Amino acid sequence: MPSTPRTLLDKIWDAHVVCAPPGELPLLYIDRHLVHEVTSAQAFEGLRLAGRRVRRPEKTFATPDHNIPTTDRRLPIADPISKQQIDTLRNNCREFGVRLFDLGDADQGIVHVIGPELGITQPGMTIVCGDSHTATHGALGALAFGIGTSEVEHVLATQTLRQAKPKSLELRVEGGLHPGVTAKDLVLFLIGRLSTEGGTGHVIEYTGPCIRSLGMEERMTVCNMSIEAGARAGMIAPDQVTFDYLRGRDYAPRQFDRAAAEWERFRGDADAVFDRVELFQAGDVVPQVTWGTNPAQVVGVDATVPDPASFADPNERESGSRALDYMGLAGGTKIVDIPLDRVFIGSCTNSRIEDLRSAAHVVRGYRVAPTVHAMVVPGSGRVKRQAEEEGLDRVFRDAGFEWREAGCSMCLGMNPDTLSPGQRCASTSNRNFEGRQGKGGRTHLVSPAMAAAAAVTGHFTDIRQWRYR
Amino acid sequence: MQPFVTHTGVVATLDRANVDTDQIIPKQFLKRIERTGFGQFLFFDWRFLPDGSANPDFELNRSIVAGASVLVARRNFGCGSSREHAPWALADYGFRVVIAPTFADIFFNNCFQNGMLPIRLSEADVDELFRRAAATEAQGTPYRLQVDLAAGTVGDAAGWSRSFTVDPFRRRCLLEGLDDIGLSLRHVDSIAAWEAAHAASVVE
Repeated sequence: MPSTPRTLLDKIWDAHVVCAPPGELPLLYIDRHLVHEVTSAQAFEGLRLAGRRVRRPEKTFATPDHNIPTTDRRLPIADPISKQQIDTLRNNCREFGVRLFDLGDADQGIVHVIGPELGITQPGMTIVCGDSHTATHGALGALAFGIGTSEVEHVLATQTLRQAKPKSLELRVEGGLHPGVTAKDLVLFLIGRLSTEGGTGHVIEYTGPCIRSLGMEERMTVCNMSIEAGARAGMIAPDQVTFDYLRGRDYAPRQFDRAAAEWERFRGDADAVFDRVELFQAGDVVPQVTWGTNPAQVVGVDATVPDPASFADPNERESGSRALDYMGLAGGTKIVDIPLDRVFIGSCTNSRIEDLRSAAHVVRGYRVAPTVHAMVVPGSGRVKRQAEEEGLDRVFRDAGFEWREAGCSMCLGMNPDTLSPGQRCASTSNRNFEGRQGKGGRTHLVSPAMAAAAAVTGHFTDIRQWRYR
Repeated sequence: MQPFVTHTGVVATLDRANVDTDQIIPKQFLKRIERTGFGQFLFFDWRFLPDGSANPDFELNRSIVAGASVLVARRNFGCGSSREHAPWALADYGFRVVIAPTFADIFFNNCFQNGMLPIRLSEADVDELFRRAAATEAQGTPYRLQVDLAAGTVGDAAGWSRSFTVDPFRRRCLLEGLDDIGLSLRHVDSIAAWEAAHAASVVE
């Protein structure tokens, strides 16, 4: 009897269902559990109170990233509450036998940067972390999603998660991106089309020639922001790009060719049926800039800030006008006329070596505008060292950027890197929510190249017209 | 976990769509290492003016919704960050029920882990709740809703009532206040069997 054609999601899901007892949600086995300081303390405490242990410490990896300073790492952490949270992670990892990439470890970095970078993330795996941007790891053909702290505790104790199977959503992108248009622009464009809840209840599989043409780090940028469309996970079937990326990485299988042959299985069947399919043309995408307070409030750099009164949906009208109020913008303003105070290049969306190369390429031979304060925060210690080997740090420093240590930094401003009230920032991060980068701060999401250009000119600038030096 | 069987309480309405967890509990309050004490920071940037006083324009600061335990909001409530600090803050503030047309997935799951019931109603029903709350409050009385989880109904004293559905497993856990992990550990033999079966197929 021929078996039913299955999607990539179906295949990974089926391979990980431990049991589905009657009247209960299925238990899904978790291959990799990534842990950081902000969402784990209460989970470890729960284990301790119940006298439980971590079932599979060797499948659990931790690093501090959200809360840490990105300035000189030799100095003590000034904020005592931040320090306590980081010390707590360290003590928990020691007590429960979890591998910690600690501050000062050469491989420390943003959890979603170091997972793939170290080869901890592999195709066909289930991966969770107490962080909504866990979707990033789906770029390597894994099923990866964010969970809450109670679920972190559940995974620590059982190496499984109670989950109803999500629906599948294929986002197929035809054609190729125009020069100057990046993976970040593509995903912002897709979120704008889907809305912030268009993917709720679904796992997105990105398919089509445009997605296939993306490099590994570009795929991570796309999958990373799946949650901004409401989808807990985004994934891309593994191919030669994936295998070439993983080969030789620290935690990649030693018998790599055998493993890669196994991973070939994790590809949807040609005639598999998705619950929903949406089609897009890559040629429609121009460099994107968000104007509001959620990532779906986005337009092309060549457009104007929209007038929410023109929106058909009453919820969108209300949230649009609230957003413009918060952002201090008026409908009809040209995007390129919006001046900036700050530029932030970093975050789990855009802090990898290719992001930094792209930004440095724009900045080379220019100076940061005198009205702008700009910083680059590499995603990991490895990214930082590689950038320094390539001289990118000099390009940034010479132009007037600050060059920092690895961490989440001003993506969410839990550490001292924050916007002041009213400050306007071009940011390569993933969320432009009210107060996200600092109370009263105004965030516009863009690609690394667009952020770099804005740093130089002091306002948004269409990167397609940039004169590279 | 505190069981949830029935609940009657004052309704607070929050007339905004896409309320993200950064608004529910801003990041500067995520540094605590306990699960408790977050209620004082709920909706902090909306609730308080820069000088620390209560913002009189914020819906939850109206005296008529004092002691509210049922929150009614618009679409896509709880979007964004996975922080469980959001349901911790809502629960610690006193909310046991959140009603909205749609919820973000991670927030929705996190509620159940904390004895809090998220209820999806249609957009039209939520509109009706906003109208009923406003009309009742206009007469100087708080608006109240009764929730019966076993029956799957929510209604008011004036006879308005709707049914809702909850995943049967989640419902049972709430009704009985069950420890999720304890339940899962009953299947430890299946977990071990899965691990044994897969250890052989993993390429080192």
